[in-house]
Amino acid sequence: MNHQRREVLKAGGGLGLFGLLAAAGLITPGEARAEWNKAAFDAKNIEDTLKALGAGAPASAAEVQLTAPDIAENGAVVPVGVISTLAGVEAIAILVEKNPNPLAASFTLPAGTEPGVQTRVKMGQTSDVYALVRAGGKFFMAKKEIKVTLGGCGG
Amino acid sequence: MADPMKIRASAKDGITEVKVLMSHEMETGQRKDSSGNLVPAHFITEVSAEHNGRQVLAAQFGTAVSKNPYLAFKFKGGAKGDKLSVSWVDSKGDKRTDEVQIA
Amino acid sequence: MHARLHAVVAAAAFGLAGAALAEGSTMDEIARYREMLAEGNPAELLEAKGEELWKKPRGPNKVSLEQCDLGLGPGALDGAYARLPRYFADTRKVMDAESRVVHCMVTLQGFREEDVTRNWYSKPGQESDIEALVTYIGGRSNGAKIDVPARHPEEARMAKIGEYIFYRRSGPQDFSCAICHGQEGKRIRLQELGKLTTQAGAGAAMGNWPSYRVSQGAVWTMQRRLIDCMRQARWPEPKYLADSIVALEVFLQKTASGTVMQTPGIKR
Ligand code: HEC
Repeated sequence: MNHQRREVLKAGGGLGLFGLLAAAGLITPGEARAEWNKAAFDAKNIEDTLKALGAGAPASAAEVQLTAPDIAENGAVVPVGVISTLAGVEAIAILVEKNPNPLAASFTLPAGTEPGVQTRVKMGQTSDVYALVRAGGKFFMAKKEIKVTLGGCGG
Repeated sequence: MADPMKIRASAKDGITEVKVLMSHEMETGQRKDSSGNLVPAHFITEVSAEHNGRQVLAAQFGTAVSKNPYLAFKFKGGAKGDKLSVSWVDSKGDKRTDEVQIA
Repeated sequence: MHARLHAVVAAAAFGLAGAALAEGSTMDEIARYREMLAEGNPAELLEAKGEELWKKPRGPNKVSLEQCDLGLGPGALDGAYARLPRYFADTRKVMDAESRVVHCMVTLQGFREEDVTRNWYSKPGQESDIEALVTYIGGRSNGAKIDVPARHPEEARMAKIGEYIFYRRSGPQDFSCAICHGQEGKRIRLQELGKLTTQAGAGAAMGNWPSYRVSQGAVWTMQRRLIDCMRQARWPEPKYLADSIVALEVFLQKTASGTVMQTPGIKR
């Protein structure tokens, strides 16, 4: 795994995507972000993931909403959206509790970007899905169970 | 070379809505091919969206993001005709940038 | 949310009647799931790839497919899929979109047919050019009315054969297409089986293909859909582009004529 990560770094010339973009003049260097959070993506349970994200024990908040269907026909493609009415949302992450590595994706939202993202994640089985939001330096979360039915008969 | 993305960006009432589909297998490293060998992990790790050169979203993906990743978000500002570009880089260092005009 | 809770409570309290209610809300949630996926249908990526493949000089002859005649003249794509299958004088055959794309890749680009059709559908880690091309061509009929009157004698003959196949019971289970697709509201578990013998039913089925199949995580073409149904009917599987498939398509498209295409679609 470490080896693989080194490959990634090598391929990116050690710069990562944002370093590359900055080098190409596509974004200003000030906007270059932290590199891929290996510790968080490799974590094997929610607790360790939260720790790696620096989130500790986030408070459940009604101001964070996870939009997803109650049932997903195919666990390989589960639409998940996170929106928040909190002020100053800086980052959002989506975690699937029962996946081998809970962290699916994390997002950094510069000022001016609306506090919401939608994506699609893989789920190995029915599981709680967490929406984690960082606003004003504090973490908040919401969770929802999504059932996965992998189709009935082959059709 | 990686296949093109499909990007839609539309401005309305001072807010630009962006929807992106990226073409990528997002291999988890757990799948076996037809001869029973594990297919190595190969997935998009980082995504960045820029409006006229200013970053409006940065994302980090793990292997649990679905094949052909979808991403939708909104940002303040943006006018018809402005440039919106999206770039990604994957775990093998492949990358791709596509650009559209905001509609 | 409240309605769902009620459904669950009802299911517990009233047994069978409640189970029907709960099933109703399951159907609603699945509909919501599909709706969420339709925003950014993964098939659109394949459409974009198909467009690239269509326009790029390829094959031993290094030409694009832009001179391919899908029935409306060389290169005319808008609405072409909605009028297929049809009779083509150059091959003296009734052909569907897929047979015609293969024909063009062979005659224009110089590919060998067996090379073109080897990957006629995608598998994990293996893309299919045909699938992409047909998705692109289908998309160029988005919003067009299906129009397959089957007036040419050869088309009329194929429609008849298709109708015959549709109703004929055979195979170890004595299945026919009509057994599964001849009634309104018929289901296998939670899957609704379209009634394909009315204009509305055939239209709802035919007008959405090629379609991203949620359960498969892949786009299927009509050929693949029908070949798989023959497998479900426990019939011998026909070959890709077989006349029997094209005949069924003529019959179904004729029945669906007048309905509007919405493609690429999204299906279970
Ligand atoms: C054993 C039952 C069965 C038989 C027999 C069968 N099918 Fe199907 N058919 C299905 C199922 C199941 C589906 C998929 C429905 C779903 O997943 O939503 C389907 C889907 C279809 C569709 C797509 C419908 C849509 O809404 O897009 C078409 C067209 C079709 N079948 C045609 C045929 C034809 C033609 C035959 C005869 C060769 C046939 N089927 C035989 C079960 C059957």
